[in-house]
Amino acid sequence: MLLTSYFLAALAVVLAWPTPLALARAKWPARAPVQAVLLWQAIALAGGLSMIGSMLVWGLSPLGDDLITALGRGVKLVLGAPDVPYPGIVHLFALSAAALFGFHLVLTLIRATWRISRQRAKHRHLLGLLSNPAASGPDTLVLDHDTPVAYCVPGLNRSVTVLSQGLLDQLTADEQRAVLAHERSHLDQRHDLLILAFTAWHEALPWLPTSKLALDAVRQLVEMLADDRALTQVTRPTLLRAIVAASSSAGSPPAKPQPSATAGGQLANPLEGTPDGELSARRIQRLLTAEPPLKRSAEALIFVGTVLLLVCPTVLLIAPRLLDPNS
Amino acid sequence: MASLGDLERSVMDLLWDSAEPLTANDLRDELAANAGASKELAVTTVLTVLARLEKKGLVERERSTRPHRYTASSSREDHTVELLNEALGNAQDREAVLARFIGGISPDEAAALRAILDSPKSA
Repeated sequence: MLLTSYFLAALAVVLAWPTPLALARAKWPARAPVQAVLLWQAIALAGGLSMIGSMLVWGLSPLGDDLITALGRGVKLVLGAPDVPYPGIVHLFALSAAALFGFHLVLTLIRATWRISRQRAKHRHLLGLLSNPAASGPDTLVLDHDTPVAYCVPGLNRSVTVLSQGLLDQLTADEQRAVLAHERSHLDQRHDLLILAFTAWHEALPWLPTSKLALDAVRQLVEMLADDRALTQVTRPTLLRAIVAASSSAGSPPAKPQPSATAGGQLANPLEGTPDGELSARRIQRLLTAEPPLKRSAEALIFVGTVLLLVCPTVLLIAPRLLDPNS
Repeated sequence: MASLGDLERSVMDLLWDSAEPLTANDLRDELAANAGASKELAVTTVLTVLARLEKKGLVERERSTRPHRYTASSSREDHTVELLNEALGNAQDREAVLARFIGGISPDEAAALRAILDSPKSA
């Protein structure tokens, strides 16, 4: 048990700092965005699991030789069984920390989900009052404004893609198809859930700079995923032309900027995150140079690593029980 | 006038286009006129819609007069700008929007891109 907890703690440290740092700097994610997104998820999940797991396992170590027995005896201890030895204040502290941290993660996720869905409901309500359905389909809305902009609002019942009249005026039919295909794949592949998870992860661990790195990386990767999907329907130059048309609005608010709305939105802290510009630049560069996808063998290697990352801490938590059911 | 949402929209359109505050009765008459008298609309329905819109901060009520008179709290244009600011990531509620099509790239970069795309090689 002790050895397991030390190993999990080491794994937590590695996954909290050097691993995300290296992955954020790596060049290959642009060539294999699917694998990269999976890997980021595995790093976050395994990181959280080993953080909680190490504290839990260490805290329970005086109570038994494997997690299940120790948990059972822990429950007995709480219920006041006399035959269970008192584990000591330090171990109890570790257990409380594990429980608190677990609750913290879950609560942050719930809070972020609630907040974002409320903002979306408000946004969609206003859209309902202000926008008109587009000619291209019922799930596409047009906002009557000159600022060229395209975005999507995901929702459980109905997800919509919004285009401004200003953008429509600049796009050819093909370019419009490119924009719609891009936004549609965000919605089809539920990228909002991915962003939500990493937003909550960053909110839960704001002191961990790599949580912001992860959020930025995932934001960038979902754009690449959506680009790749759009490229199955339109040509590369068409997509790029659409990007150029949409980008003339980028960064400049339409008319009445909100008080807090300086360059980085409400994230005024310069430490927080890559500026939008850098995210877009990499995406455009990738489209311009048409980098070849990663080799199959490399993709497989990354996939194996991803699976191992998830399996390792999980097995470590329950392994003693699996190896010796009678203990 | 099928759903409550459609009714909200019609009421907002009337308030946005009206130069002066309107009463629920005014609104009912206008709505009935627009719908071509095919459907009789109760004033209480209009009041319900107005109450909902007021709660959402879209409509303001003048309580000094009887009957109460209603105005749109901000113009159609202002609300559109509010939505666009959310979409462009300038607003507090930027998370409402999943992703806009393209994040910020500088005008220089856009110009450079345009040049590359317009060169005959890429065509």
